[in-house]
Formats: sequence, C-alpha cells, structure tokens
Amino acid sequence: MTDQPAVYVPVDKIGIRRRASASIAVIGNPNSGKSTLFNRLTGLRQTTGNYPGVTVERHSGIVQLNGTALELIDLPGIYCLGGFSTDERIAVDVILGRMDGSPRPDGLLIVLDATHLYQGLYLLQQLMEMQLPTVVALTMTDAATASGVDISIEVLQRHLGGLPICPVVATTGRGLEDLKAALEDIAHAPAPAIPESWPELSGTADQLMQETGGLLPRIDVIQALIHPDSKRAALLEERLGAGVLQSVRDSLFGDEPPQAAEARHRYRWAREVLREAQTQAPLFDRFGAQTMRWFNRPWPATLMFFAIMALVFQAVFSWATPLMDAIDAGASGLSGWVGGLLPDNAFSSFLTDGVIAGVGSVIVFLPQILILFLFIIVLEDSGYLARAAFLMDRVMRGVGLSGQSVIPMLSSFACAVPAIMATRVIPNRRDRIATILAAPFMTCSARLPVYALLIAAFVPDRSVGWFNLQGVVLLGLYLLGIAGGLATAWLMKRSALRGPKPQFALALPEFRWPNPQTVSIKLLDRARVFLRRAGSVIFIVAIVVWALAYFPRSAGIEADLKAATAEVQATRSGEDLAAEIRHLEHEAAAAQLEQSFLGRAGRLVEPVFRPLGWDWRVSAAVIAGFPAREVVVAVMGTIYAVGEEAEESSLAGKLRSATWPDGRPIFTLPMVLGLLLFYAWCLQCAATIAVIRRETNSWRWPVFAWTYMTALGYGAALLVYQLGTAPG
Amino acid sequence: MTLRELRPGQFARIEKVDARQPGVVRLMVLGLIEGVEVQHANSAIGGDPMEISVYGTAISVRKQQAGCFRISPLASND
Repeated sequence: MTDQPAVYVPVDKIGIRRRASASIAVIGNPNSGKSTLFNRLTGLRQTTGNYPGVTVERHSGIVQLNGTALELIDLPGIYCLGGFSTDERIAVDVILGRMDGSPRPDGLLIVLDATHLYQGLYLLQQLMEMQLPTVVALTMTDAATASGVDISIEVLQRHLGGLPICPVVATTGRGLEDLKAALEDIAHAPAPAIPESWPELSGTADQLMQETGGLLPRIDVIQALIHPDSKRAALLEERLGAGVLQSVRDSLFGDEPPQAAEARHRYRWAREVLREAQTQAPLFDRFGAQTMRWFNRPWPATLMFFAIMALVFQAVFSWATPLMDAIDAGASGLSGWVGGLLPDNAFSSFLTDGVIAGVGSVIVFLPQILILFLFIIVLEDSGYLARAAFLMDRVMRGVGLSGQSVIPMLSSFACAVPAIMATRVIPNRRDRIATILAAPFMTCSARLPVYALLIAAFVPDRSVGWFNLQGVVLLGLYLLGIAGGLATAWLMKRSALRGPKPQFALALPEFRWPNPQTVSIKLLDRARVFLRRAGSVIFIVAIVVWALAYFPRSAGIEADLKAATAEVQATRSGEDLAAEIRHLEHEAAAAQLEQSFLGRAGRLVEPVFRPLGWDWRVSAAVIAGFPAREVVVAVMGTIYAVGEEAEESSLAGKLRSATWPDGRPIFTLPMVLGLLLFYAWCLQCAATIAVIRRETNSWRWPVFAWTYMTALGYGAALLVYQLGTAPG
Repeated sequence: MTLRELRPGQFARIEKVDARQPGVVRLMVLGLIEGVEVQHANSAIGGDPMEISVYGTAISVRKQQAGCFRISPLASND
C-alpha cells in the first residue's frame, strides 16, 4: 500500500463509474455472519435503495481493493433457492439478473458458516449450478474451533472443484486481506465445477438445455424441473410438451415432492464432504453450551422471555429519564432565553412556541426510542428473536399463525415499517397478510411519546411491589397492542384469510454476542431517521400548527386586555397586581387561540370527538397526527404553549391544568384511558399504509387496515369514556 | 418409533421420511433426511415444538411433522 497516492480513486467517483467495476452478490444462510462481513468489507460506504417496481431494499456497498473497487450487493439470508418465501425468490431473481435495474452480478461471494457447514453446503451446491465466478468466505472459524470442530480447507476445496475458500473471522478482521485478494481475481475466475451430488439432474438439465436450444439458462431449467408450477416450467413445457417434462420428472423424483428428492441427494453429498473435511468433538462438553442448554429448557426459557420483555419496558421508562429531563430543561431554558432576548411579538412566539416547543417536545423522546431500538437490535443480532419464535409458536398456533409471525411482531415494537417488510420470510400469502395486519397494533416507538406524556402526566410515580406504577401501565398498553394484533389475526384467519394451518420449520441460531459495529451502525441509522423526521416533517407541522394557532390576531382582544390591565393597575398593587395581570394575559391568550384558524377548525371537528370527552385542542392534535403519530405531541406542545396554560413549564403540567370553559378538567381518568386506547389501536402512520400497499401490492389491505383500526380505536375510546362518565 | 416419541436428551438416526405430509419438505431442506443422527435437545412448554439438533444446528420441529420421521434410537452418550 506504499503506492497509495498513485492508485487512489475517490470513493464518490467509483459510484458513478459502476459499469467499470464488477458487482458481486453476497449470499449465505441466515445468521452466517454475512452482515458483519459485509459491514467489514464496505465499512460505511453503503447505500440502501429500492429495486424499481418492487419494495425490495437494495443494500449495496463498495469494497476498496488494490487499485480497483467492487460493488457488493447484500442479499437476504436463505437456506435454499426453493422459493418458499419472498426473500428466497428475491435472492434468486437478483442473482439471475431478473430484477429490473439490477444487472446480473458478475460473481458470487458465498458466505459459509463453519459452525453450520452442513446447511451451508446445501445452499452452496445450488449456487454452484448457477455457473457464476465464485469466492467462498468461511466465517465463524473461531467459534468452530472453540466448539471442537476442525475443518480441513484443502479437503473441502477438493470437493468443491477448487473453489477459492478464505477463512475469515469477520468480528476481528482476521483473513480479510486474503479474501480481498481473492475478490480481486474474481472477474477472471472460471465458472465453478458442477457439483457431483446429483449427476442425473445435472445431466438432464444439460440435455434439456440443448434440446430447447438454450431457451432458458441452466439454472432455470433445473428450477423448472423442481418447481412444476413456475413460469419457467410453463415455458419449458410449451417447447417440449407437458408429457415429456412429466416423464423426466417421474424418473428423477419418483412420486415424492421434487424438493424432497433434491434434499436427499444434496445432503447425502454434504455428509460425505463433511465426513472427510471435518472432525468434530462432542459439542455439549463445554460448560457454556451446557449452561445455554439449561436455559433453553421449556420453563426457564419461557420465563426468561417474559423477563427480557419486562426489562425492556422498565429500561425504556426508567433509564431514559435523566437524559430526557436534561433535554427538557435545555429546551425550556432555550425557550426562556430566546423569549427574554426578543420583544414580545409574533416572531418571538414563532421561535419559542412554534419551533422550540413543537420540535423540542418530540426530540425529548430520542433517548427512549434509542433504548428501545438498542434492545430490539441486540435481540435481533444475538439470534434471540428466532428463539422467541420457537417458544411462542404454540401461542401463535392458537390464532391460526405460526412462530414465524413472532419475529415481525417483535420488530414491530420498534417500527411497523421494517416489521412488515420482515414478513417476507412467511411462505404463505394469507398468513403473511394476517401478520401484516397484526403488526401495526404492536406498540411502536412513535406511540411511545404519546404514552409517555400521558402516563407521566396522569399516572402517579410510585412503586407497586418491585415495579413502578408508570412502568406497569406502560406494560399494560403494550399488552393491549398485542391483544389487538392477535385478535385481528385470529379474526382474519377465520374469515377473509381462511386457509390451511401454516407450517413451522426454523433453524434456531445459538446465542451470539452481538457485534458492536453492526449494532452501532443500525442504531445510528435509526437515530438519523428519527432526527431527520423531527427536523423536517415535525418541524414543518409545528410551524404550520403554530401559525394556525397564532393567526389571525384579534385587535379587539388586545384592546380589551390593555383596558383591563390599566383598570387593575389603578386599583391594585404589589403581588396582587402581578397575579391579576398574569391572569388577564392568560385569559386573553385563550381567547386569541379560540378565534384563531386552528380554534375555528377545531370547533368544526369537535362534535365528532366530543362523545370521547375531547375538546377541540385534543381533536386538532389527533387529526394532525394521522400522517405520523408522533406529531401529536408536537402539536399539543405548540397549542398549549400558545394557550392559557402557558404558565405551567412542562407539557404534562399544562395538560393537567387544561379545563373546559366551565372549569371542569378535560383530562379526566376516563378521557385519558380512552385517549390511550385510541392511540394503542389507531393506524396513524402514512409510512405504514404505504408499506402495506407496496408489500400486498393492492390498495385493498391498507384501506381495510386504516378503516378497521380507526374504527376500533374510536369505538374503544367512546366505550371507555361513556362508561366511565355514566352516572351511578 | 418416530421422532415424536424421542425423549429430551436422546439421540437417534432417521430411517425413513414421509415427504408427502405437509411441512415435511421444509424440514428436509434444513437437513433432516435419511441416515443423519439427531438429538432431541429441548422443547417449548408442553413439548411442542421440539428442538432437534442435527450436525450442531438446532431446528424447530412441530410434533405433527415429527411423526413423519421414522427413527431408531441410539445409545445416549450424554
């Protein structure tokens, strides 16, 4: 690397000259350390975009080699090219260049997990049939050694027709340089040998390819044979006649599903390779493995699952408090400082009541949201979510789904958008849609600000046994979301989405310490998304709401205020006078707010929400929250900063002192409970609606989800408020 | 005897798989085929699903599908 200046190519140039550099697809089993390796190779030079037309995220990055650069395309972790799930179909389409906007990759980087070589070799064989230049990265070699597994690279390589195999430890970077050197040569590498595991299939594929004059590439012919219902099969049948293809299938697969025959052949070969290339000591001898095994026993594991969930809720509420208090104090300090600097006019109100109160009231929740995301990311990265799916399969069966739906539902506690995309691992479309409809019920991080605000304002901060009452109420709200989601899935699976019971087959990864680099990249990404939203959407909404709440100014009210002030100045003095003036000013502010644009609009919709016990201000905030629910807090922050409760420093205090014109408090227990229920169940998120539209490829489901959830939230709030306020 | 009857901690060899039953092919694709040695490592509460270990990989198998795997138990060396 001494001649670095001579060969230095600026990173931004490489992106533009993509044609010149080759693109390599990175593929491997789930939890094979693929993401860690990808992050290691590309560092922060990553981009996430979409393949046009489909919602699949295209995650790619640039790896710098000596004098050249390659584009790496990250693909979902899969076990086979069977096309059971959307994820598997995506991987096949990308590798074959069938995805629009993504040309066929020039080569494959296949990630093999040394501790799970058995399954890895299965996928590897299928990928070798693609006949693309290939480099193999053997990851987790340290973990394999620690568990007594010894792998001979030479023997393995011999069985794989001389494929380059590079052992790496992605977490420490060992072996990375050798891997980069192998990648450098990938463009000139010959296509891999055809695996020897199933000569009959290979021979038949070659023969059919010749007979059809290269109508389909080799891998397509194989897929057409194995998947009789596919488009490719229809194409091949058209050319050869259905009878010919069927008799070929009969001789290859017998009367069993083709994939069963494929599994038998390929795994038999994988076992022969393993027998020669791998020596294994008994796995359960080590203390760590024994401890893990004890913890994975039915009852300890289930109790641990609930303990972890309880810990997450406690942490979100109590660990974040000091930071949140600091941000809150900073915001009100800033607001006071700015207010003191400027004369009392529209611009000063715009800065303090609009910008600082609005955006500040949302930023305050950044610590809570980051703690929540940290937990979800760690659970994901350590492989625990699959364990949770295993433990909860029985429960999910009760609502007509399988453990597979647990993973998207748990991710949904952070955000429903990635969760809905995560439903792609669910093979059956009906089960997938039922899970998509259940996911938005889970309490996402954007609901947290609303919950946190109302709980802090109206639930006493005292302990109940070991727990804090506020934490318990929050847990209750989470359970309410879960109940709503499960009930929805159950109803759907019994009506519109009725179908066969879903199967459940899942590899359970062992616990792995999360990689700090991967966790921090993901966490920073979430913080960026949140702050960008606070800086754009929420900022604009806060300004608009401020303007609507501030204008028009009524000259009459100003004049009345002046006259009344003059009158009390003449009759009172000292403390009494100051208090009286403050009272008059607040009355004037309330009157101004009421006749503002927002006040008038709020009155218009008030009748709709009046039966729920909401005044026009709450109604206006709720309506503003339909595009993105965290906006609600910002809107309340602005409305209440402008209005009569301005003397209370915290928004919680302002809510507590808000009253109806006749002096009754607005935020009574039934009203607050109803409001919380409304937020628990209502679908106030344009991003979720958009992602449901894209993932289900129709407007039917997002429209249904929105209508259904809004009706449910409204109905629940109505019921609670009416029951709670009924006489007697 | 089928995989369904294998007790926690016990080892066995898979003798015959009935691939025509629903959900079985997915398990075969994960490596549960004739001739391999497996262990019933654990289970969820109520014994269903079972955690079946094959070549060091744990696979979640529901009891219903476990009934489609005919096995012969091996002497436990645990």
